[in-house]
Amino acid sequence: MKIFKLFLIIFFIFPINDLKADNEILKNKITKNLRCLICQGQSVYDSDSEFANSLKIVVDSKIDEGLSEKQIYSYFQSKYGEWILYDPLFNRNTYFLWLLPLLIFFVGGAIIFNKFIKKP
Amino acid sequence: MKNKLLPFSIVLIFITIFIIFYKGLQDTNIYTPEVKTNYEVPSVSVELFDSGKIVNTLEIFNTDKFYLLNIWSSWCVPCRQEHLILMDLIKNDNLKIIGINYKDTKKNAKKFLEELGNPYDKIIFDNDGTNAIEWGAYGVPESFLINKNKIIKKYIGPLSKESMEEIKLFIK
Repeated sequence: MKIFKLFLIIFFIFPINDLKADNEILKNKITKNLRCLICQGQSVYDSDSEFANSLKIVVDSKIDEGLSEKQIYSYFQSKYGEWILYDPLFNRNTYFLWLLPLLIFFVGGAIIFNKFIKKP
Repeated sequence: MKNKLLPFSIVLIFITIFIIFYKGLQDTNIYTPEVKTNYEVPSVSVELFDSGKIVNTLEIFNTDKFYLLNIWSSWCVPCRQEHLILMDLIKNDNLKIIGINYKDTKKNAKKFLEELGNPYDKIIFDNDGTNAIEWGAYGVPESFLINKNKIIKKYIGPLSKESMEEIKLFIK
């Protein structure tokens, strides 16, 4: 019976710890991608301002509610606009930003191909 | 023709990049927050300061009157100046002022109100600042003018005499 109880304790404690560690990693990841709007140049993760501390609590509770990373980002975006995200989303305003490096890569590749590979 | 086009396009690209960076240098690097208006009052459960009762925000802003939601705290110095304006605004019958007591203790907040007067119809107690986040606020003081469950104007920082006149025009 004792062994059975011990087994039950181990069985229930370990997954919870794993879950909490996962939540902490996710929370850190999300707060690193949120801009502290009242302290320029710092993420919410780095900042210890009143605003950032409240935001960390909200991120925690949203994770507990079961919201996904994307849903949490869109929640903050709806409250503060896209500026709060360090990683800009792919939309009409950012097509140029996201596609320009790819365009340069392909044009550059085409020039290199034409000059050095095709000629000889 | 092809040989001439290449140096020309390189020069053109450099000139374009130079203009973009030069313009960027002249831009101010001080960020001014995006002031979103005309959005709905967030529906969240909040704790009332006096009774400790948990209510939904939609129950608070439920009439056709104008509401001024004011985020304040006893430790916030600009809130003291602003308080005189709030006391003046409350004379209008068409306006109700709702407070969010931000990251404060009830003892200090009560002292503050006893000293300067209480313009608030209801006060929401926001112990950890998470309720202010629901409203898209940055800190204290901040005020939102609300009508028919919509935020029609947002004031970041203490209310000035000009903003008081503007609010009076809105609620006329």
